Amino acid sequence: MKKLKINSNSILLLITVILFVVMYIAGCIVYKDKGFTHLQTFLNILINNAGLICITAGMTCVMLTGGIDISVGSVVAMDCMFLAVGIEEWGLKSPLLMFLVLVIGIIFGIVQGYCIAYLEIQPFIVTMAGMFFARGMTAVICTDQVSIVSDELFVKLSNMKLKIPFGIGAYENKKGILQVPYVRITVVVALLVVLLIFLMLKYTKFGRSIYAIGGNSQSATLMGLDVRMTKMKTYVLASFLASIGGICYCLNTMCGTTTQAAGLEMDAISSAVIGGTLLTGGVGNVGGSLVGVLINGTISTLVKSHGKLVSSWANIVTAILLCFFIVLQAILAKIKERKKA
Amino acid sequence: MSKIKKITKMQLFLPIFSMLLVMLVNVIYDLASGNAPFGFFSISTQVTSSGNTILYGRLIDILNRGSEVAILAIGMTLVVSASAGTDISVGSVMSLSGGMCCMLLAGYGVTNVSEYACPLWVGIGAGILVAVVCGLFNGFLVAYLNIQPMVATLILWSAGRAIGLLLCNSAIVYVRVPSFQVFGSYVGFLPTPILIAAVCVTIMALLLKFTALGTFVQSVGINKKAARISGFNSSKIILMCYAICGLCAGIAGITATSRIYSADTNNIGLNMELDAILAVALGGNSLGGGKFNLAGSIIGAYTIQAITTTLYALGVSSAQAPVFKAIVVILIVVIQAEPVRAYFKKMSAKKAAAKEV
Repeated sequence: MKKLKINSNSILLLITVILFVVMYIAGCIVYKDKGFTHLQTFLNILINNAGLICITAGMTCVMLTGGIDISVGSVVAMDCMFLAVGIEEWGLKSPLLMFLVLVIGIIFGIVQGYCIAYLEIQPFIVTMAGMFFARGMTAVICTDQVSIVSDELFVKLSNMKLKIPFGIGAYENKKGILQVPYVRITVVVALLVVLLIFLMLKYTKFGRSIYAIGGNSQSATLMGLDVRMTKMKTYVLASFLASIGGICYCLNTMCGTTTQAAGLEMDAISSAVIGGTLLTGGVGNVGGSLVGVLINGTISTLVKSHGKLVSSWANIVTAILLCFFIVLQAILAKIKERKKA
Repeated sequence: MSKIKKITKMQLFLPIFSMLLVMLVNVIYDLASGNAPFGFFSISTQVTSSGNTILYGRLIDILNRGSEVAILAIGMTLVVSASAGTDISVGSVMSLSGGMCCMLLAGYGVTNVSEYACPLWVGIGAGILVAVVCGLFNGFLVAYLNIQPMVATLILWSAGRAIGLLLCNSAIVYVRVPSFQVFGSYVGFLPTPILIAAVCVTIMALLLKFTALGTFVQSVGINKKAARISGFNSSKIILMCYAICGLCAGIAGITATSRIYSADTNNIGLNMELDAILAVALGGNSLGGGKFNLAGSIIGAYTIQAITTTLYALGVSSAQAPVFKAIVVILIVVIQAEPVRAYFKKMSAKKAAAKEV
């Protein structure tokens, strides 16, 4: 039998998962009468964070190479505005617009990736410029809030309820009507993205190269990997996933505003860090990032369920968790160093 | 030719060049629109509604509005130099310190006062103190736990503003007392923020000139281990840099709060950390740590404000301005990028070789 290896990295992931389970069970006990135990509450966390899950998957890949991409939040805002204005004012059909959004995402990623990988500019600065650019472009497209109402397909997609089969988690509400839990199409997309990225990181040459570069980019070069190309591809992937996330986000909010999705990039980074991804690169797992997003979502649901707490408490609790995980990571790293020495 | 090269190789070349470029755009715009050709530089006096004579002009406006970023840039330069990372929490800390100050001055839960609930110095002292504590917290994580600066400061980036909101009971707290408003308005004829920024810059410049602070910070930034072996306490120096950065954020926060005599916790210092980092990069400092140039960062800070003011003058809305900011940033960093420089060097070498043949 193969011995189950537990190293410091899997400990981090384990702690994250345990924390999520404990937090959720605590929520179930404390807010039992507020419907926390229903399956739908859990699915709502997924529905509300579908866009963030896609973005975090991309962010995880970038962070695995040791870089960072803080432009994603603004890219989401730009996508939403583009979709909204495209449908309402230019009268274009949504499939074409969604395709264009994805193309814009790829071009955005190519420019950023080229600057980072081939011109050797720091990722933080490049993506900060990308963030300014995308946020400004949102306002250039339109400065008002635009709601999407007229595109049938888009509205249909947004309202589509995929019911959970076999009556799992179905319950009768106070009026005695049977409620079947459902997810939106965005959740399916998000989970599919996570699954694909997971498989890619685990089994493809590209995925393994990402880990190799994050671990040590010099030895990756010596191994004969094309470090620059891989880095650039990673940023393209992140922007592409941010665009998919943008479409999911737009399907959820159904509008475009200039201030939308502000700070989403930091949510993505904190989710990835809580999920066990190191910002130094080389260590991490997209599954952990998914749990990280769920923890973030659970915190805000818990705060909302309390009813009397101000929403800024959610930020504070997330920050405390983040602090806990970061310090834990640092301590584990120190222990590892001592063992080596 | 060699003279030009000497000038372009100077560290202050880039910030001064970009500043001049912005001024040139202004002059051209004024000429094209039929205004006085050097209206940009003209400084006049105006009498306010309350009867004070104040300085007035676009340069004064830029100096005034750019004060906060300039103050932040001082701390950010040290942090970047010593730890090869950025402190992204300064905007949130600004908001927190403003919130703390107004909360004490107005009393918790009160949103509008025209009398202090406690002495002015207590409010301002507490606001600045809380910012220094934030800086120490960041510094501890970075210096003693070896956490990447961006990740370490991400904690307060998220929590700082939120705590500020809690202190202010999620409302905008107005402190309508003239002696509080003075920090954001005028002293005599000169805008106070300019004075505050000038004092901060002077103190820092004197410290760098007459103490070994600059050498300490730079040597830690260039090689932390080597600095420790040479007898510097690297961790303490990094901790101090973050504390100074927090102090600067506190001063900037109080100034920004006093400007609107209210603690608008949601908006004070919003995205200011990006401007501060940009100022450091514009000043010709490497974000990879090591050598730094304070003057460059300060000029960089005012250049950013000049760009913003110019864009508003050209009729670009505040929401659209980031597009141009982004283009400027990308142009500047691409010019500075190592591969691009190497390419140009190669091109000029080729030209020289062709001439000789």
